[in-house]
Amino acid sequence: MRRLLRNPLGLAAAVLIAVLVLLALVGPPLFGDQAAAIHPDRINQGASATDPLGTDALGRDLLARTVVATRLTLGLAFLATLIGTVGGVLLGALPAVLPRRAGRLVVATVDILVAFPALLLAMFTAVVTGLGARGAVLGIGVALAPAFARLTHTLTASVAGADYIAAARMLGVPRRRILTRHILPNIAEPLILNTAQSMGAALLGLSAMSFLGMGVQAPSYDWGRLLNEAFGHVYVTPAVVVAPALAVALAGLGFMLLGDTFAKAAAGSAEPLGPTRAPTVPPAREAPDPDAVLEVRDLTVAFPGGVTPVRQVSLTVRAGEIVGLVGESGSGKSMTAAAIGRIVPHPGLVASARSTLCGTDLDALKPPERRALLGSSLAMVFQDPTASLNPALRVGGQLAEVATQHDGATRAEARSRAVRRLSRVHIRRPEQVARQYPHELSGGMRQRAVIAMGLMGTPRLIIADEPTTALDVTVQREVLRVLREAVDDTRAGALFISHDIAVVGELCDRVSVMYAGRVVEELPADALHRARHPYTRALIGSLPGMDTDRSRPLATIPGRQPSPADVHDGCPFADRCASAGARCSTRPALTTRGTGHTVACWEA
Amino acid sequence: MTPPADTAPETTVPRRLSLRFLLRQLLRLALSLAALVTASFAMIHLIPGDPLRQMLGPTAPKALVDQRRAELGLDDSLPAQFGHYLAQLAHGDLGTSFFSSQPVSDIIAQGLPNTLSLAVLATLTALAVAIPLGMWAAVRTHGGRGRRTEAAFTTLTGAAVAIPEYLYGLALLLVFALGLGLLPPAGLTGPASYVLPVAALTLAPAALIARLARVETLRELDTDYMRLAHAKRLPARRLYAVHLLPNTLTATLTMGGLLLGGLITGSVLVENVFAWPGLGQRTVEAITQKDYPVAQAMILVYGALVLVVNFLVDIALGVLDPQSALSAPARQEG
Repeated sequence: MRRLLRNPLGLAAAVLIAVLVLLALVGPPLFGDQAAAIHPDRINQGASATDPLGTDALGRDLLARTVVATRLTLGLAFLATLIGTVGGVLLGALPAVLPRRAGRLVVATVDILVAFPALLLAMFTAVVTGLGARGAVLGIGVALAPAFARLTHTLTASVAGADYIAAARMLGVPRRRILTRHILPNIAEPLILNTAQSMGAALLGLSAMSFLGMGVQAPSYDWGRLLNEAFGHVYVTPAVVVAPALAVALAGLGFMLLGDTFAKAAAGSAEPLGPTRAPTVPPAREAPDPDAVLEVRDLTVAFPGGVTPVRQVSLTVRAGEIVGLVGESGSGKSMTAAAIGRIVPHPGLVASARSTLCGTDLDALKPPERRALLGSSLAMVFQDPTASLNPALRVGGQLAEVATQHDGATRAEARSRAVRRLSRVHIRRPEQVARQYPHELSGGMRQRAVIAMGLMGTPRLIIADEPTTALDVTVQREVLRVLREAVDDTRAGALFISHDIAVVGELCDRVSVMYAGRVVEELPADALHRARHPYTRALIGSLPGMDTDRSRPLATIPGRQPSPADVHDGCPFADRCASAGARCSTRPALTTRGTGHTVACWEA
Repeated sequence: MTPPADTAPETTVPRRLSLRFLLRQLLRLALSLAALVTASFAMIHLIPGDPLRQMLGPTAPKALVDQRRAELGLDDSLPAQFGHYLAQLAHGDLGTSFFSSQPVSDIIAQGLPNTLSLAVLATLTALAVAIPLGMWAAVRTHGGRGRRTEAAFTTLTGAAVAIPEYLYGLALLLVFALGLGLLPPAGLTGPASYVLPVAALTLAPAALIARLARVETLRELDTDYMRLAHAKRLPARRLYAVHLLPNTLTATLTMGGLLLGGLITGSVLVENVFAWPGLGQRTVEAITQKDYPVAQAMILVYGALVLVVNFLVDIALGVLDPQSALSAPARQEG
């Protein structure tokens, strides 16, 4: 409730509804006489001093009549909502109580009824029950019921799947009791939230029925009836429809906004974060590496609230080389890949001392040129191949568009190139696969298709972000082989991101180990057994080998990685490190310990 | 290159499942139509008391009431009447109006084209305006940026949804037809006559679809394939129109289809505001005058329209998003 009042719209809606309820209570006693007083001298007039919103065909004050009509309008809407809610909840709960077959029949009936618009159901009921407020209320109530029934049924079904219901069933609690004791209390809240909106819908529906002459009949009047009477004179004195129309519109708005606010308050909303402070990195001084396809120095990614998932990461990938990037989840591997590909999600910001792709400084390029360079020279492969391909487009088209968009190829050229690339990643019947949709392929085929997509251009760099994590072990090998072949054939460089140090050791030429957003060790893959950083050693040590003693628990790394929001002066691994000493309260820099081997550790 | 050696099974889903999907939807349509026809037949019999007396009024002579009842065949047994009703329907015979003695099928033939053109035009306008608007709002507000745009968008569309079509109709009528005199206030006299009724019918659904399109687009923008499409550096037009649009359409069009159903009956109200020569005015007349044969037929026609529209939307979805078409039967079985 407090949240409701903090939201200005919610407050406005609550005030509006409160005023309407007040008018419904005091309107008839205060303005009843004025609303009924007939003035033959002021018939169908527009606004005047005595009648601020005009008069009707008998010279009665329309403002007073509109105010008085509030009671009947709200009352009828309330009745219709009550009918709809009670009827709907009963209908929706029936399948949970009835035998299975009968329950299905109820669900099917509700499914059919939901498809029919409320007004149509209300008109049907109006024909059967005869014209008048009774028929309209019943009709709108009946029309509201199917939606409530469906909501109840959906909610019941979701709650009925919960473990505690299963437990109650197992204990032999009767179904009716399960419904009243366990299910209804748990679905009450969303149902009540829905009632506010239904009240609005009922009010609008009843007003529509009365406006059409199928609802409240003279001499009674609700807003819709007033509109109906005023509408007969609209061409002569247009102003006469304003008062009842405004009343209906405001009430509709009020209930709708109140329902929205309820729903939002129930869902809860995230507090906005402050703006991101752009990370500052001084430009690199040393000369660029001439062999590198990718060279990043001091790459840093920052998010609001001081969250810095990537901290001064430097990487070099040379042509024909696969560099592995390993670390636990949350070490910043994937964010590093996203930063290189310039697809860091908003509101993250990227800075680096140097980012060059094929010798071109990415930061110096204008956006269209950078787009052209990244589009043709960089290929990305993500973890989940199911999610990486657009489900609505054919596989071949998704490959071909790279060629048509970046190389200006014709559709036919692009198409045949797509088929050739698919066969290059060992996909059988590539012509057929190109015509298929992603969901028709297996996971391994999809991932190979994504690699083929990366090979459509002339990639100089392939970034593969955990490309085999979501796949079976047997399919993994296939994808790794395709990746190795792609690098060997195209002489592109590859950055291979994985949490699996065994795979990295087999596939890659060099390995960078990331911890808490930083590279802590960099070494040739064949030197992994000589790793010096305690974290790398722990990663290797946690791998079960053929000679691992199965009777003892598998080795794990105790403790947790610091969060990307933490600011720490010391070595981030110190808390989990067995050999941590006094020096570890200052952060060690990467220092060279041999050919192509750097380590950031005081004790190594 | 090494010769192809697949360890992964090359799974392909047979296309004939689409046919099964079509048949299933057809069966659904047929069942719903059967329920509708039964309901429209039952309508007259559900009226408490004597429908003929209701129709002709308490002062009509008994002989007339009996004669009319015999004419309508209401003296036969219920199954016989139902059989007769179905046989008539099969011949396109929907009975005769009590008041004008005009065949109901003629009334419908006159009004239906105008009602349909209004509803279809309004739907197309709503989709054409709302989907780009919702996508634009999503791109502008994705990932927590553009908080002001977001607040303005949700507030305005929220308010626009809450106001019913006939009030938009009245407001447009007052301002543009009666006030400014820019557009015709009533009837169908030319293309300009369409502007106000279409606008009145479009505003609320367009606001709702725009909200939905924004939510759907926001969800899609976070998917891997949109990240990959970004990484492929496709031009914005291709990114949004080819990659994003089809994936947001499924939910948006499902909603749009349901709205079109509501829009068809909403047109009843708007037609009454603008004296549109469609079915809407005749329907209201028939119900208020207790012209039961016409009322019965009108409810049948409107109901059938809604069902057919829902059917077509489902089929369109199956074509647009084959995955939903393939999984739909499984979902229903499960």
